[in-house]
Amino acid sequence: MKGLARQLAALARGDAAADRVVPPAGFTVRLTLFAAAAMAFLAVFALALSLAAGRLADRWGEELARGATLRIQAAPEEMDRQVAAALRVLETTPGVSGARALDDAEQRALLEPWLGPDIPVDRLPIPRLVTFSETGDGYDAAGLRLRLSAEVPGAVLDDHARWRAPLVAAAGGLRLFGWMALLLIFGAMAAMVTLAANAALAANAQVIAVLRLIGATDAYIAGAFVRRFTARALAGAAAGTGAGVLAVALLPGTGDAAGVLTGLGFAGWHWLVPLLVPPLAAATALLATRAAARRVLRDLA
Amino acid sequence: MIAFDNVAYSYGGGELLTGITLALAPGSFHFLTGPSGAGKTTFLKLCYAALRPTGGEVRLFDRSVFALDRDGVAAARRRIGVVHQDCQFLDHLSVADNVALPLTVAGLDGQAARRDLAELLAWVGLTHRAEARPPELSGGERQRAALARAVIVSPDAILADEPTGNVDWEMSQRLLTLLLELNRMGKAVMIATHDLALIRSAKSQVQARVLRISNRRVQLAGADL
Ligand SMILES: Nc1ncnc2c1ncn2[C@@H]1O[C@H](COP(=O)(O)OP(=O)(O)O)[C@@H](O)[C@H]1O
Ligand SMILES: [Mg+2]
Repeated sequence: MKGLARQLAALARGDAAADRVVPPAGFTVRLTLFAAAAMAFLAVFALALSLAAGRLADRWGEELARGATLRIQAAPEEMDRQVAAALRVLETTPGVSGARALDDAEQRALLEPWLGPDIPVDRLPIPRLVTFSETGDGYDAAGLRLRLSAEVPGAVLDDHARWRAPLVAAAGGLRLFGWMALLLIFGAMAAMVTLAANAALAANAQVIAVLRLIGATDAYIAGAFVRRFTARALAGAAAGTGAGVLAVALLPGTGDAAGVLTGLGFAGWHWLVPLLVPPLAAATALLATRAAARRVLRDLA
Repeated sequence: MIAFDNVAYSYGGGELLTGITLALAPGSFHFLTGPSGAGKTTFLKLCYAALRPTGGEVRLFDRSVFALDRDGVAAARRRIGVVHQDCQFLDHLSVADNVALPLTVAGLDGQAARRDLAELLAWVGLTHRAEARPPELSGGERQRAALARAVIVSPDAILADEPTGNVDWEMSQRLLTLLLELNRMGKAVMIATHDLALIRSAKSQVQARVLRISNRRVQLAGADL
């Protein structure tokens, strides 16, 4: 790792004279540019997928944790007794915690978008809501329904968030899939840079022979190739990352209804994460070229 | 600085060279002669560790070539200037950059080095060709550029393989003058050649030893040379 840091520093400093000892351009360099750009583009999408899936999993997980509601429909004079009974039932149900009835103000806030302000909540025959959350392994919904139907006839259990549990798992899986895709993308980039570097080293066997004749060390010769490929990978990856981020930004409609498709994108500081792609691509190219150069130079000896 | 101890070399068939024991001392001047195919180039390659002996031992600057790793060989090469038989250059660089290559590789590419380079190019008469590409040079210009590249880092020894192989008499005299001048600066010089006229002309100017490869052995040539 220290060697890597030293080489990155040397790369930043640049060594124009040393870099010119390797003939310019050639198809291998263009291949590296293109491969790095394409892989960086894909990497941005894989990142967007991972991060969006992660956000989705978090949000759905929260909703799941926020839990369930009990809707109690009863005649006004019955209401308070039924609410109290429901709370009693919930308090004695394993896997349930934090049960409480919404007060009038909260109910009004919920209804306002539908019925407008000034709703006489206390005089309308609207149901009362009791919320609670799940703990541990959760509660037995069928058993709870059975007890409620016996003790609080006006109660309806709404465990709507529960159906999302498999979706939370799916989103988690999608996030993992995205990270794996990223790993594979960088692996494929390393493989392509290795092929390109091998081709360049083979094409320049004569150059290597001349450099050796005048006393160039393996490190010097390898360095010239490494800097060239690293610089190209960095440039290609920067372009690919730019294009990828632009493409993600131009994806249609995210908004509040974020699902898997409409939610694919970056949010907040996540927009900065793709900035890591070009340096990672450069580091990948550096390690791949260095390994290829060491092998070729050993075999040419 | 370069010492052979009972050295033998074989490319895989029979031994091409055998039983060679000699030392190149600082400031010495040697010719190496023998018919084509006798092993002159092979001998020089043993001198700069491009080949390792298949028998005996070669020592460069008091270290056995068998003890040198690739970095060690590279370090020894920076102290031995080689004028290769076919003068290899980097064709994408100018003549000046090619001549300066040993400086670049040694990281000595500073201001003073650039001045040395201009001086050296003038010395071998290539100032007007400094910006040309190697493929554009004539045979004699290539030889001179190769010589300039071989001496730019001021090596302790200079090995030249047929330096006058494809140049006319006048040019070969100029190259010889350059090599004699380097020798006067204290550098060991070894020239492989089958150009007897060149050897005679040199012997009138310097105390040179003439080695001849015959019968797979290196022997001191007689007084007729
Ligand atoms: N790489 C090699 N592999 C096998 N044989 C070689 C190799 N290089 C040279 N030879 C053979 O070794 C002999 C001596 O070659 P060389 O040293 O070039 O002689 P010279 O320079 O005196 O003409 C020749 O017969 C040549 O064919
Ligand atoms: Mg020869």
